[in-house]
Amino acid sequence: MADLKLRNVEKAYGTLKILHGINLDIKSGEFIVFVGPSGCGKSTLLRSIAGLEEITGGTLEIDNEVVNEVPPSRRGIAMVFQSYALYPHMTVYDNMAFGMKIAREDKAEIDRRVRQAAEILQLTKYLDRLPKAMSGGQRQRVAIGRAIVRNPKVFLFDEPLSNLDAALRVATRIEIAKLKESMPNATMIYVTHDQVEAMTLADRIVVLKDGRVEQVGSPMDLYKKPGNLFVAQFIGSPAMNILPARVSKSGAVTEVAVDGGAANVLVPIATPSSASGAEISFGVRPEDLFLAKGPNALFEGRVDYIEQLGEVQLVYVDIGRGADKVLTAKLPGNAKVERGQQLRLDADAGDLHIFDANGSSFVPHETEARAA
Amino acid sequence: MAQPSGNSAGKSFFGRFGVHLAVLFFVLIWTLPTLGILVTSLRDKDQIIASGWWTAFSSSSQTAATRLAPAEAQVQKDGRFIIEGNIFETPGTSTVSAFGTRSAQPTEFAAGEVADLKDGVTLQVNEDGSYLFSSPVAFEGNNGRRVYYAATVPPRFTTENYGTVLYSAGIGRSFLNSLTVTIPATIIPIMIAAFAAYALAWMRFPGRALLIAVIIGLLVVPLQMALIPLLELYNGVGNLFGVPSKTYLGIWLAHTGFGLPFAIYLLRSYMAGLPRELMESARIDGASDFEIFVKIVLPLSFPVLASFAIFQFLWVWNDLLVAMVFLGSGNDQLVLTGRLNALLGSRGGDWEILTTSAFITIIVPLIVFFSLQRYFVRGLLAGSVKGG
Repeated sequence: MADLKLRNVEKAYGTLKILHGINLDIKSGEFIVFVGPSGCGKSTLLRSIAGLEEITGGTLEIDNEVVNEVPPSRRGIAMVFQSYALYPHMTVYDNMAFGMKIAREDKAEIDRRVRQAAEILQLTKYLDRLPKAMSGGQRQRVAIGRAIVRNPKVFLFDEPLSNLDAALRVATRIEIAKLKESMPNATMIYVTHDQVEAMTLADRIVVLKDGRVEQVGSPMDLYKKPGNLFVAQFIGSPAMNILPARVSKSGAVTEVAVDGGAANVLVPIATPSSASGAEISFGVRPEDLFLAKGPNALFEGRVDYIEQLGEVQLVYVDIGRGADKVLTAKLPGNAKVERGQQLRLDADAGDLHIFDANGSSFVPHETEARAA
Repeated sequence: MAQPSGNSAGKSFFGRFGVHLAVLFFVLIWTLPTLGILVTSLRDKDQIIASGWWTAFSSSSQTAATRLAPAEAQVQKDGRFIIEGNIFETPGTSTVSAFGTRSAQPTEFAAGEVADLKDGVTLQVNEDGSYLFSSPVAFEGNNGRRVYYAATVPPRFTTENYGTVLYSAGIGRSFLNSLTVTIPATIIPIMIAAFAAYALAWMRFPGRALLIAVIIGLLVVPLQMALIPLLELYNGVGNLFGVPSKTYLGIWLAHTGFGLPFAIYLLRSYMAGLPRELMESARIDGASDFEIFVKIVLPLSFPVLASFAIFQFLWVWNDLLVAMVFLGSGNDQLVLTGRLNALLGSRGGDWEILTTSAFITIIVPLIVFFSLQRYFVRGLLAGSVKGG
């Protein structure tokens, strides 16, 4: 229903800059997730879109209208807070009807919309309850219901699942995904620091760090083609193994010598000739490593420690770079591996990553999501 | 309490025992005097003088004087002149334990004993108060003979002290005066302070921090210092409008002024502690500051409004100083504390009046406290945020 355009959005408290010129285009009906470590500015960015924070630079457009000076209530947004922010002295019904009552809408219309939202979220039998008589998950559903009733152009979620326990988190996550499915036209912006939520919910993920966009892309794009070292290590669990390496031959296929690994690894990523001989970073995901069958192996080392998770086991391999710089491999749970054993690990060439000295990937990628 | 390894203050049995003992001690020293005042106010005034309130439920012994019937009541019998009667006006309520005819020895003879009063004159007073006074010669004079006796009186409780105090000692009128002062002097500052507290807690405007600092500074200004300048100011303004110097309006304004800094301070810190997300959520829902205040903040602040109401009510109700300065001492303006003070001077010995007046004075604060105290305990915020 609504396009969002962010142009050089900046936010500063005095001299402290939180957001450094964010550019972002969000298409109508997209599910966008802002993800990043604590203090990266993702919540500030969301609150700026909501209008709870005034931006100090750039422009923010919703439906081609600059809304920098428009109060939150007239931006056509609804927000779901981490702490639910339900009005504790009102029943569920009154909580959901509050916005429409303030807008002095028709009573019958309020009733119809509240009941419809309650129906979607299976809250109908709780309408007369006070929030304190409900569980955390139910409270969060009420908060979502309150957003639905407002019939907004853009839904904003500020870490809505952080306060729930693990089981409820999964259940509510699925509910949010279904909610999005049932409202294909609604634009949703969702802030989280949990990459599982980001991967499962998002159409596109925006990775933020220190008030800057690191990379924008679909979850699989970010996973397969991380734009830089930060994104590479942030997305995926356990984090990607990063090892220092040197380019021995540049070209359409790059040959690198990996510190602690094989000396002539062929990576099917093009590098300019200027990169020849350069110090770079070499990355491979733990789940992309497997026990080498042939004579060639990427890494060879002694098993330092094993974490058996049943389905898989995390194997920490000492490849001669010191006990604190071990390589992590995610192997099938039934693989016969013992502590102290010598292990030879390999990976498909297509699953290898290389990053230049600045940490930026040699693969072209987006850091600004301009209109496609 | 069920967990012996609990991390509470009283870990061991002796620790808990000590805590309970201390609590009991403080409860006793707080409530015993109140109970004493209540019991005393309900006792007969003669018994108050004779014995302490803790003996109120047992019979008391008191010495009294009376006169026997005059000479005209005498009858002649067996050559002697006899006067018979009862020393009690209403026989049957009290019993005589001893009697005498001289004030120096009011309990010279035991009850029922025949006392020899020289010249053949004898007097016998029985336990029930009946007496037999006989003489060989005729009695003379219009006044009966004075006798002293020790009577054992059963406990007597009465509400007549309250009647006396309310209708003739002026406490009833003062009670109304006190209410007239206290109720507006409680409501007005709450209304003003609630608005101010919301603005100082949640609205951004230049000079807000300075304003808060000034209000906190006002907390420590001694009331005595401002009293007379304030009265002068009020009189000056009053003269412009032709308002007399001592009016209820004046004392309402004075109490409002003295109560506001604390009220704003207390309410502001409570409102500032409300979850920010509530206000933001309401703002997204389109509520204006006034609507947020009325529909969200005010209902949630009820506990703190109630506790401030108790503070202010008690302080105004018990205030003497401000009332003496801003109100007259006429019957239509004298408040309870002022009336008690006056009674202490004019009827300092009449304990039944003083204790009854005192109890009437503390009834209202007790009612206020017990009717509002549940708001201290109730967590109205439960359910708004996680863990609430």
